[in-house]
Amino acid sequence: MANPDVPKLEAIAREGRVQIIRMLTHAGSGHPGGSLSVIDILATLYFHRMRYDPARPHWEDRDRFVLSKGHCVPAQYYCMARAGFFPMDRLVTLRKLGSPLQGHPDRVALPGIEAATGSLGQGISVAVGMALGLKLAGKASRVYCVIGDGETQEGQVWESLMSAPKLGAPDHHLDNLCVILDYNGIQLDGFVKKILDLEPITDKLKAFGWAVVEVNGHDIAQVDKALDQAEATKGGPTFVVAHTVKGKGVSFMENDPEWHGKAPKPEEAVRAIREIVGEPVPSWAQPVIAELSALGKK
Amino acid sequence: MAAKASRAAFGEALIDLGARDERIVTVDADLSKSTMTAGFAKKYPGRAFNVGIAESGMIGLAAGLALTGRIPFACSFACFLVGRFETIRVSVAYSDAPVKLVGTHVGVAIGEDGYTQMGLEDIACLRSLPNIPIVQPADEIETRQAVAYAVEHAGPIYLRLTRQGLEPVHDAAYRFQFGKADVLRPGNDVSILATGGTLWNTLEAARRLATEGIQAEVLNVATIKPLDEEGIVRSAGRTGHVVTVEDHSINGGLGSAVAEVLAEVMPTPLKRIGVTTFGESGDPKALYARHGLDSEGIAGTVRKFLAR
Repeated sequence: MANPDVPKLEAIAREGRVQIIRMLTHAGSGHPGGSLSVIDILATLYFHRMRYDPARPHWEDRDRFVLSKGHCVPAQYYCMARAGFFPMDRLVTLRKLGSPLQGHPDRVALPGIEAATGSLGQGISVAVGMALGLKLAGKASRVYCVIGDGETQEGQVWESLMSAPKLGAPDHHLDNLCVILDYNGIQLDGFVKKILDLEPITDKLKAFGWAVVEVNGHDIAQVDKALDQAEATKGGPTFVVAHTVKGKGVSFMENDPEWHGKAPKPEEAVRAIREIVGEPVPSWAQPVIAELSALGKK
Repeated sequence: MAAKASRAAFGEALIDLGARDERIVTVDADLSKSTMTAGFAKKYPGRAFNVGIAESGMIGLAAGLALTGRIPFACSFACFLVGRFETIRVSVAYSDAPVKLVGTHVGVAIGEDGYTQMGLEDIACLRSLPNIPIVQPADEIETRQAVAYAVEHAGPIYLRLTRQGLEPVHDAAYRFQFGKADVLRPGNDVSILATGGTLWNTLEAARRLATEGIQAEVLNVATIKPLDEEGIVRSAGRTGHVVTVEDHSINGGLGSAVAEVLAEVMPTPLKRIGVTTFGESGDPKALYARHGLDSEGIAGTVRKFLAR
């Protein structure tokens, strides 16, 4: 695949961070930390790697994306809106009654979502099934699945990690599957290392038969290179361990478990957005800041 | 026709259907010899997937297969399959993934293996999900047609199958109709609604009662969800008394479903026969006697109910 336009993807991810903060502030609830840690990966997938057609969300030859850590779906909603699955102005309906932008992904309500997730551990199993189904159908489509590090404590994740490298043999090895770990080190109750450490995760994955690549999950060129490697790897699936920072881009949210599942107040949101976009505030971000400032005065 | 387990009829039907539709695949969790998909796996090795003893992963895998155009039958003992309710709830039901869930070894009739292997709560759990129909065939001919229906059904569906052999209760001309209860024996004094492995004993009970002058109408409720409200209310309206019989927990199964319909549409005296305790090890016939599911037990309960 051609080299990514890194500055463009970085700009998309930056806008994504702003929209995540905006959505969550309007909703008054949600998960900023993990949405901010995963957005660079999603920007790379949606705007450089994946084949899809927003006008035909069920197009048979599309690549599939499953966000197994479904609570971080605001990051995906932003990518979907920007890609044209639905209008950008619908983002602020997140978590509101009647909105297809459910608190966790709803496949039926929102075309373009491939599986309902958020009950942790399940999305990776579904992604494995999709990879197998596509192989059986003779499709060249790829399947990408993002899982969380806290999520990786689920037994069901390990069922899939055990089976995926072996499934489909000998004719349908799942080399169309790439699982990406958003390794931000924090889960709801605190630090993953303190609650139930995953280490040594790469050794475990290798022992299970996965091709493993480690990257900085905020370095788009690195992420893309890992996905290139995954695509070039034949005979089995690839696992990308993406080291990330929870709350990335907002100093007061970074590495703080408090921001796993708490929406910013409007004034906090404005502060966060100013940090993300820097000085001078670009013209596209000004209305968002104005809107959230007004929200705070209500 | 001789008695045949509905799991055996299912395994045979699937081989036939597999020849006609290459989208049909099976996923198992190390019980394919028991769920009877082993024959399918032998015939179509590239379309049968055994994930090992990992039922949650199996259900998720089936959802992914279904969402990419396959018609997966995800099979295990009913207790292990529906025991992974959370995966069924989200990855199958809420995602509307057209997985064909097959739970075998239902009820106390599995016998000696005892409670941990008995599917006794599966109907109750799955009834709570909005989009998963529940079908429990009563004999071989109905099973074959129910499996064919499951392939045609556009969404997810649950088939509830027995370990034990089932005596035929239908003749060769029988046509399974999804969502319809069929009258196996007409009568005016009491409606007995039974399902699956209890049908034969229920018919036997009706024959016993007939010798005492009680004419029982016996309905086979193969589709437990959606329930045939019209057929059930019609029968209940004529007889004025309803008894339900099932090899499942008395809470949340056929009896509960019928109670809900009658209470809302036409309150009618109702007696539910089912399993009121945990199951236990024992000879299947002895277990049916112990839980009041043999013909004598059913007849006795009906007699007492009508005389109350």
